[in-house]
Amino acid sequence: MDALPQIKPSMMARFKDSHFWHSFKRDRVAQFCFGIFSLALLLAIFAPLIAPFDPYDSAQIDIMNSELPPSWEAEGDAQFWLGTDAQGRDLWSTILYGTRVSLTIGICAVMLQAFLGIIIGLAAGYIGGRVDSLLMRIADVQLSFSTMMVAIIVLAVFQAAFGTELYQQLAMVMLILVIGIAEWPQYARTIRASVLAEKEKEYVDAARVMGFGTARIMFRHILPNTLSPILVISTVQIANAIIAEASLSFLGLGMPVSQPSLGSLISSGFEYIFSGAWWITVIPGLVLVALVLVMNLLGDWLRDVLNPKLYKG
Amino acid sequence: MFAFLIRRLFQALVVMFVISIISFSIQDNLGDPLREMLGQSVSEEQRQAMRDEMGLNDPFLTQYGRFLGKAVQGDLGTSYFFKEPALDVILKKLPATLELVFGATLIIIVFSVPLGIYSAINPQSIFSKIIMGVSTIGISVPVFLTAIGLIYVFAIELGWMPAFGRGETFQITENLDTALLTADGLHHLILPSFTLASIMLPLFIRLIRSEMMEVLQSEYIKFAWAKGISPWRVYFLHAFKNTMLPVITVGGVQIGTMVAYTILTETVFQWPGMGFLFLEAVNRVDTPLIVAYLIVVGAIFVVTNTLVDLIYGFVNPTVKLTGK
Repeated sequence: MDALPQIKPSMMARFKDSHFWHSFKRDRVAQFCFGIFSLALLLAIFAPLIAPFDPYDSAQIDIMNSELPPSWEAEGDAQFWLGTDAQGRDLWSTILYGTRVSLTIGICAVMLQAFLGIIIGLAAGYIGGRVDSLLMRIADVQLSFSTMMVAIIVLAVFQAAFGTELYQQLAMVMLILVIGIAEWPQYARTIRASVLAEKEKEYVDAARVMGFGTARIMFRHILPNTLSPILVISTVQIANAIIAEASLSFLGLGMPVSQPSLGSLISSGFEYIFSGAWWITVIPGLVLVALVLVMNLLGDWLRDVLNPKLYKG
Repeated sequence: MFAFLIRRLFQALVVMFVISIISFSIQDNLGDPLREMLGQSVSEEQRQAMRDEMGLNDPFLTQYGRFLGKAVQGDLGTSYFFKEPALDVILKKLPATLELVFGATLIIIVFSVPLGIYSAINPQSIFSKIIMGVSTIGISVPVFLTAIGLIYVFAIELGWMPAFGRGETFQITENLDTALLTADGLHHLILPSFTLASIMLPLFIRLIRSEMMEVLQSEYIKFAWAKGISPWRVYFLHAFKNTMLPVITVGGVQIGTMVAYTILTETVFQWPGMGFLFLEAVNRVDTPLIVAYLIVVGAIFVVTNTLVDLIYGFVNPTVKLTGK
């Protein structure tokens, strides 16, 4: 990144004059989605400062407060404006912390996917030949098993092997690892496709003639030119990772109820929906859907604007 | 074509082999069969003697060979909980899961084809924009939330549908029953099928739409218009046929994916299928059952993927038969 300072003075100006910024200024939906996403991100980062209660601190929880409806309902308590869950935790605080957990897992898992996918995709595309066909064969096979299936089975086996208690302590790391490893082919295929196109261009030949090593050409010359497809998939992949995490937590294979993500919060509320306590399920559910929806819409918008050649198939 | 066939079958065999190794390592490391059989009161020497006798101290490869030999004959061990052969327990639950997949597939076909074609033909109409908008929302709602929403509206508030279970079933043979042949069973099937279909439906509508729009741009369709053929014939006879080719490939692969999502659907609706059984087996650490599920589901994935590839190879002569 030592090349950056030279372009720095003009970077802001270049950005303001870009097609990207112009389309963003014109598109109301994209602005709205970006706003919601940034808001969710800020709320997640500053959750400990914003939340009126600490849901992880059992001293602040009173079981007598359990299953209170939101404050606008007749039996609500003004102290808990979204009501409380079955353990008597303030739902608003728990949702803030849950969003934090869900986003952390989603973003970390996608960073792991991108890391693996970029290295494998670059290697497959640039080196080519046997390496390429072997890596892509593995990617094909891994994609043919759905991520959900792989994740459920791997986590289930680990849960059975570790025992529930130890597993719950490791849940976050396990979720990131499993979701991260299961989806690398998405990145690898897309990056390989753009590398194959970039490889033929003159600047790569020039770099090779100048005697740069393979690794330097791959990471410093080709990789920056494959960034727009990476950006497009990343948005959608984070949305998918959040859904995957929520689904796994719902099955009891993810975050424990003591440290809930949005998924485990919904799961814990599901038992009470039959007795009329809808808010424990519905409110975190709406938050989850809104979060995933804005990311999908942003992904659609990015795809239209950047229009990269994505792997089709 | 022959080389393609052999290559595909070889790949399927390699994948099954990897699955069997994984399954065996799970069986080898998870739970102790002796403890399940003997309890706590047996002395250490007796345990060791028993381990030797059962071959649990043999080298890994010997044990794996024995496992593979039995597995090929359909013997995947006895479920600790049901005290029955694990494979039988799984296969008894298979019809329930397949019913769900069948119901969902039917719903997907009935809805995605007309909606996809309509929005491809009239991309600017308001109804098309609604379809696309709803399908984006559909992609963003996790399947368990769809399930909860449907239960809340149709089972709790309106009381039209049962909230869980499979209802009455029709016994075909001792081990084979189906909910498709009783009114009660069909009634129970509706909500879970719609739930399962909701994952794939947006995907298919978008896929059919984009493929159809691409086909409608092609030369032969322009030629068909120039010939003065009626719109109906152009859309359905000429364009639709070529739209279906990629849709079938994706569709075949997604049937495998649906099996994965049956675990979620079955859990919410307490539908007594394989996925529900698997999660119960995990909670009970019933290793033979976990392994049997892994092998059965792995086989379903490998078989559907291989079949789809082969069918695609036969149907579409332009596919590169030598592999990518």
